[in-house]
Amino acid sequence: MSKKTANLDDPIIELNERIKKLQDNPKQDDILTEIKELEEQKKSLLKKIYSNLSPYDIIQISRHHLRPPVSDYISFMVDDFIELHGDRSFGDDKAIITGIGKFGNQRAMIIGHQKGKTTKERIIYNFGMPNPEGYRKALHKMRLAEKFHLPVVTLIDTPGANPDIGAEERGQAHAIAVNIAEMSRLRTPIICIVIGEGGSGGALGIGVGDRFLILEYAYCSVISPEGCAAILWKSKDNAEDAANALKLTAKDLYEMGIVDEVIPEPLGAAHNSPKEMANTLKKNYYPLP
Amino acid sequence: MPDGLWIRCEGCKSLVYKKKVEEKFFVCPECNFHFRISAAERIKIMLDADSFDEYWKEMSPVDPLNFKDRISYKDRVASEKKKTGLNEAATAGKGTIEGKEVMIVVTDPSFIMGSMGSVVGEKVTRAAEMALEQKLPIIIASGSGGGARMHEGAFSLMQMAKTSFILSRLHQAGLLFVSILTDPTLGGVMASYASQADIIVGEPGALVGFAGPRVIRETIKKTLPKGFQTTEFMLEHGFIDMIVERGKIKHELSKILEYCDANHSS
Repeated sequence: MSKKTANLDDPIIELNERIKKLQDNPKQDDILTEIKELEEQKKSLLKKIYSNLSPYDIIQISRHHLRPPVSDYISFMVDDFIELHGDRSFGDDKAIITGIGKFGNQRAMIIGHQKGKTTKERIIYNFGMPNPEGYRKALHKMRLAEKFHLPVVTLIDTPGANPDIGAEERGQAHAIAVNIAEMSRLRTPIICIVIGEGGSGGALGIGVGDRFLILEYAYCSVISPEGCAAILWKSKDNAEDAANALKLTAKDLYEMGIVDEVIPEPLGAAHNSPKEMANTLKKNYYPLP
Repeated sequence: MPDGLWIRCEGCKSLVYKKKVEEKFFVCPECNFHFRISAAERIKIMLDADSFDEYWKEMSPVDPLNFKDRISYKDRVASEKKKTGLNEAATAGKGTIEGKEVMIVVTDPSFIMGSMGSVVGEKVTRAAEMALEQKLPIIIASGSGGGARMHEGAFSLMQMAKTSFILSRLHQAGLLFVSILTDPTLGGVMASYASQADIIVGEPGALVGFAGPRVIRETIKKTLPKGFQTTEFMLEHGFIDMIVERGKIKHELSKILEYCDANHSS
């Protein structure tokens, strides 16, 4: 891992701390001016950092611990959300959230990967890696959406489907396969937005629809760069090389015609202004075209 | 609900002021324990005031098997009628929830454990038929610990098929069915209509499942895990969509009715 990518945000964090310290002081003209100067400094620094990102930098941003998870988008964009649980056959997978709510006056079924914000949440949500019952829950709710003519919005953010023994025993591959087939058949509009990690089949299991969009600093890949490096370079140390080779950034995907559109992120990426990001999504990409 | 100013909560065993419990929709103010309530109370809680029109009220069970256990089925029905003031476990009709029209069926566990005989099956079927004709959603709140009623033998068993048939027609017609599971709902009711809804809602802490806990315990000769067969257990295992407290049920149903409106144009 390059040193640069690991500490991408460090200078910004430092600036933020300085600004915050000043803001705690009583309001004086010279302090206000200093804050303003620091804000300008921060802006130009952000511009500089974010105009020169490598694919692996983008991977780091898409995985940033402060990057808004699906639950943030739901609370910022959706009114009167009712979460619906359960696949009706094995369990309620917490790595996928499903429910109905309103975007303004428009009703919709919302389905997304759950990553969580705290360590405790991340463990509960299995780091956004769904089990077969998660995909089956999503399918069950998408069928409900079809019945009641609700459009489906899926928010994708997963490193991949859960690779463990139980998932294999319960048919992980089959669950994803059925979803892909059903999502291409369902008689209701489906809009898919990659908001963070678009990890392979785990992403596609809720990622086939009429529109396939991606945020500027999200990625979508057939395999994680680390996984690819381990297999083809025989070493995880080559993750950066793999990230370059895989052409997995939003820009690359758009140029290759894989995604319909790249949704711009606020300066300094979604984690710098989660609300602004959610507003962009809500305003420009909903209701459905 | 026992008589007296104060009652002992079955959940936390503390003495609670009965009026407080009633004000909270028969929920313990100390521990959130949901007391069992009558069909009439449940309808009052779920529907808009004075909006309920009851149908098929006079329908009352017959005794096709001439069944007798310790007492005859005829005598049992007579005493249950006297005890509850009901003609059967199910109450069915039409009403509104925050202005939205629905068909509704509620089974009352105080009438032969809310079990499903020919009359309960028939009322569910007729309500579903009416929903189909009038293009209305249907809500069925089950408190049917007795499952399919033993006293009417195979006639009860076949109500599972009859109710499932009409509800699958309702599904094909694109109409909404919401099932509410209250304490207790087991056996043939859980294995038919109560599990077939578009959205399944549980009351907190209700006993739900297929075989009753006593039967399971006696069969496997083991103590059952804590929380086994509760609505929380069912949520964890993927069989229900949500758990809603009684005080919030009306508004949550209203939202579901709005979101899953078959006649909505968008």
